[in-house]
Amino acid sequence: MLTIHDDVDEAVSEITDGAIVLIGGFGKAGQPIELIEALLRRGSRNLTVVSNNAGNGTVGLAALIGAGRVAKIICSFPRQSDSELFDAKFRAAEIELELVPQGNLAERIRAAGSGIGGFFTPTGYGTMLAAGKETRMIDGRGFVLESPIRADFALIKALKADGVGNLVYRKTARNFGPIMASAAAHTIVQVSELVETGDLDPENVVTPGIFVNSVVVVPAQVASNGSTEVAL
Amino acid sequence: MTERLTRNQLARLVAQDIPSGAYVNLGIGQPTLVSDYLTPSQNVTLHTENGMLGMGPAAEGDELDEDLINAGKIPVTELPGASYFHHADSFGMMRGGHLDVCVLGAFQVSVAGDLANWHTGDPNDIPAVGGAMDLAIGAKDVFVMMNLLTRDGRSKLVEACTYPLTGVGCVTRIYTDMAVLLVTPDGIRVRDTHGCTFEELLRLVDLPLLAPERESMLNA
Repeated sequence: MLTIHDDVDEAVSEITDGAIVLIGGFGKAGQPIELIEALLRRGSRNLTVVSNNAGNGTVGLAALIGAGRVAKIICSFPRQSDSELFDAKFRAAEIELELVPQGNLAERIRAAGSGIGGFFTPTGYGTMLAAGKETRMIDGRGFVLESPIRADFALIKALKADGVGNLVYRKTARNFGPIMASAAAHTIVQVSELVETGDLDPENVVTPGIFVNSVVVVPAQVASNGSTEVAL
Repeated sequence: MTERLTRNQLARLVAQDIPSGAYVNLGIGQPTLVSDYLTPSQNVTLHTENGMLGMGPAAEGDELDEDLINAGKIPVTELPGASYFHHADSFGMMRGGHLDVCVLGAFQVSVAGDLANWHTGDPNDIPAVGGAMDLAIGAKDVFVMMNLLTRDGRSKLVEACTYPLTGVGCVTRIYTDMAVLLVTPDGIRVRDTHGCTFEELLRLVDLPLLAPERESMLNA
């Protein structure tokens, strides 16, 4: 059953201390900044965050990390030119990092969402990121056993939702959204626009509403070129 | 004898060697330069790990769109025929062997084709791997672009990598400023040299190398 929330603070109000939270986005594209900042206001602590990066600048995920709310982050690419808030926490040993190759991160999330108990992947075989993991030779090639990443909550950003939670995304902001939506017990989505049920072409729905629990509208900010028009 | 290749000349050489109609992923940094030298007649489709095929050139002016970026988080454009997909599909394209070529930078490549390009191993460095390991083991051909020598003159082609590995036995071809090297079951074969002779190259890398198959290919 889908809940449409009036504001982002209400949408994240069930996230407790110690929760495992999937956070969508690749850099800033698709990052649900407003939901993350609502989580920051909520004050939940000791979070485990799963996200490709570890925040950019001082907003969104970076702010959550900077405020010391994240005990552990599972990600592929924490270090960026503008990841200074994460960098400081990491150097101070105030955040635990589990570094995962990006495709393994995606597949571990997808596996959780589709009920897979684990999978053998060639990615990382023979490297330090496979240290201590079970391996197997399959058809003469080395594979590493990887486990699913299930979460309590997912915070993602989409372009549009309808009244049953069907989602469409925009360009490369789609990234982790569809797989994260499937892998959390409770998926919370911020969308630029809520449309009437029936207004999304069923052929074009990317994330079916079965994966979505909560939707909140956060209108898109006016782009640098002055246009807020986005085509499907 | 030709001169050592500049970064742009090297990028042009890599671009010329990418087969017509190929699906290609260009890594962050120097490999991105290759896109400047791909010709329309090559009909190459660029893949970006963050969920797009048919990536166009960097965006400028009114084209800038924060929802349309490449793996290096640089704003880009879409070409006719482009498609978007989620991350599990994007990495399935790599791991599943659907990409014809990827071009990556490197700290070191071993004579067995092992690649080290993601981490110096320095405990003061914050490690970040991104999609490097998936690309390294996934693409049908893995081209490396790098300077042959470090700043202090040591060969980056090595007997065994001392930096942490990205992938085992995954590199198929090594494009450097001084030589193009092919990773073969028999060892590293020199395809062509730039600014040095085969014998000088042997001394620089201090490793056994197979001579170019045809003398006429030297200094190509």
